[in-house]
Amino acid sequence: MNIMKFRPLFYLISAFLIGVSSFSIVKWGFKPSIDFAGGTIWEIETPNIADQSKIEEIFKSNDVPINSITKTDNSFLIKFANINQEEKIKLSETLKKYDEDAIDLRFETLGPILGKELLQKTIVAIILSCLALFIFIGRRFNDFSFGVSAILAMLHDSFILIGSFSILGHFFGAELDSLFVTALLTTLSASVHDTVVTFDRIRELRRQNIKLDWVNLANQAVSEVIVRSINNSMTIIFMLLSLVVLGGSTTRWFSVALLIGVVCGTYSSMAVAIPLVLFWKKKKI
Amino acid sequence: MESLKGNIERRVNLFGLSEANVQISSKGGNNRLTVDLPGLENIDEAIGLIGQTAQLKFMGEKELLPEATASATFYDVFSVDTGLNGSHLVRSSVEINSTNSEPEVALEFSSEGSKLFEKATKDFLGKRIAIFLDDYPVTFPTVQTVITDGRAVISGSFDIKSAKALSAQLNAGALPMPIKLIQQSLVGATLGKESIDRGIKAGLVGLVIVSVFMVGNYGYLGFIADLGLIIYGLLTLSLYRLIPITLSFPGIVGFILSVGMAVDSNILIFERIKEETRRGKSFNVAMELGFGRAWNSIKDANTCTIITGLILFNPLNWNFLNTSGMVRGFAVTLILGIFVSIFTGVFVTRNLLRVLAKRKE
Repeated sequence: MNIMKFRPLFYLISAFLIGVSSFSIVKWGFKPSIDFAGGTIWEIETPNIADQSKIEEIFKSNDVPINSITKTDNSFLIKFANINQEEKIKLSETLKKYDEDAIDLRFETLGPILGKELLQKTIVAIILSCLALFIFIGRRFNDFSFGVSAILAMLHDSFILIGSFSILGHFFGAELDSLFVTALLTTLSASVHDTVVTFDRIRELRRQNIKLDWVNLANQAVSEVIVRSINNSMTIIFMLLSLVVLGGSTTRWFSVALLIGVVCGTYSSMAVAIPLVLFWKKKKI
Repeated sequence: MESLKGNIERRVNLFGLSEANVQISSKGGNNRLTVDLPGLENIDEAIGLIGQTAQLKFMGEKELLPEATASATFYDVFSVDTGLNGSHLVRSSVEINSTNSEPEVALEFSSEGSKLFEKATKDFLGKRIAIFLDDYPVTFPTVQTVITDGRAVISGSFDIKSAKALSAQLNAGALPMPIKLIQQSLVGATLGKESIDRGIKAGLVGLVIVSVFMVGNYGYLGFIADLGLIIYGLLTLSLYRLIPITLSFPGIVGFILSVGMAVDSNILIFERIKEETRRGKSFNVAMELGFGRAWNSIKDANTCTIITGLILFNPLNWNFLNTSGMVRGFAVTLILGIFVSIFTGVFVTRNLLRVLAKRKE
């Protein structure tokens, strides 16, 4: 299989995806959830409502999206984005229709969970991981071009994931929340994992046949691991698809984020990391 | 309010809870902190620790008779209460002296505090005033002049680091007032019981599909891998119980991801075995070769994930990395999952295969 002859195509696809992502991030930005922006917490005691879905119905009929519902013994704690006084009154009225005995326990505005600090520290952590992985991969493979390529592929995946959430946010209302941060971290680990497996095969083939040039080496390695890569991604995709279809609405966007991350990670190890290694090799000669 | 939030976060972290949330909320100008502590068993202890305000006290030096000095403890010496406490301190900061460019710790008192401080500096001119944080002496500077404007400077042989440390301690005690507990409640899972239930159902369905896929793709080998996966699941879940780890959503994701990596080890190995049998080796030889060769990839790939996991988990509590919250919760389950998955994916399945393959012959 001569996969590496498609290199220009791979570059084009990546350039296109990164371009679209940057465009969307600059033009549309993100839709921050209440985790980032803060919102409202409303606690109600509802002697006649025990079922959470009833509460969801009340909010749905008023077009107020719920961030989370927590049930205590006899009350519900509902967190959602900030609403104005009019909307608040409407919500209370609808609630009264469902349960005449409902009592307003508290209605407060909430600050964000995800402060600047958490984000800054997470970014520092990502930069540190990049450095550590660069050194580790560079040393393991005795070649720092491998380290650079793996990290670039990883950043490529994260950037596309961030960009696609800007797009999904603009068109479908997907919000950036704390789960998204987790999905991003997962993508980072999964992406490097895949890349290293492919690199490993190149190293092994190179030991067996030192004369083979880099392009042929890469082709052989990719065609040998591609079945494994696809099979492995399939298993994760199965898990995630069932989460998208069967999981609750609160976790749906999260599963979508992971799905994008995993597909990107598999694609990039073959179509970004390896071509980048070849690029460095060519430059050297 | 932000500094109070920081203080509370620090105290909550003493519990080692993986995913506590501290949130500021406000109602009619009153600020409140909402503290979510998932999976906590002893709620009273938590409330005690959070509610415990770090109290600053300013105590003046007492004139002791010469014969009493020898046996006097620190607390006997500084036993005159100046009436000043943490609520009078507005803030403390590190400043650099403009004449000798040495670091100093500056204190700023409220208007009421300024009056008390003026009186204290008059009373104890030339003597020492000790500052206690939660009954632990922090520093005991000598009063040089009477200070009337509520702005004091502690100078001495500080370097930047020790000045910063002292200033941080003073700030920790400069809470506006003792915290009042408004409400406590035990609640269900944040995501709602329903979404967790649905998540578990979805996870199970996904696992069944994965198992079928493995058997369909690798037949007999896939079945062994499924057995390994079951052992993996049981082992990790019991580890969560033992340590103990609270499973909140990011934690569950770390778990699912590590399941993915456990399957991955097996797929790597089986693909290798397939290759070797295609080259005409007998199954037993192919099996041993497959495990041996795949081991390199498994080792390298998982080391990378562990490196990322460790940096996110921040075991040494470095300040510039995450010291609390969900990122760490995710990292813990991920790291644990990887170690267990290497054990089951390589060691357990290998031995299962060896035993079963022998019987086949």
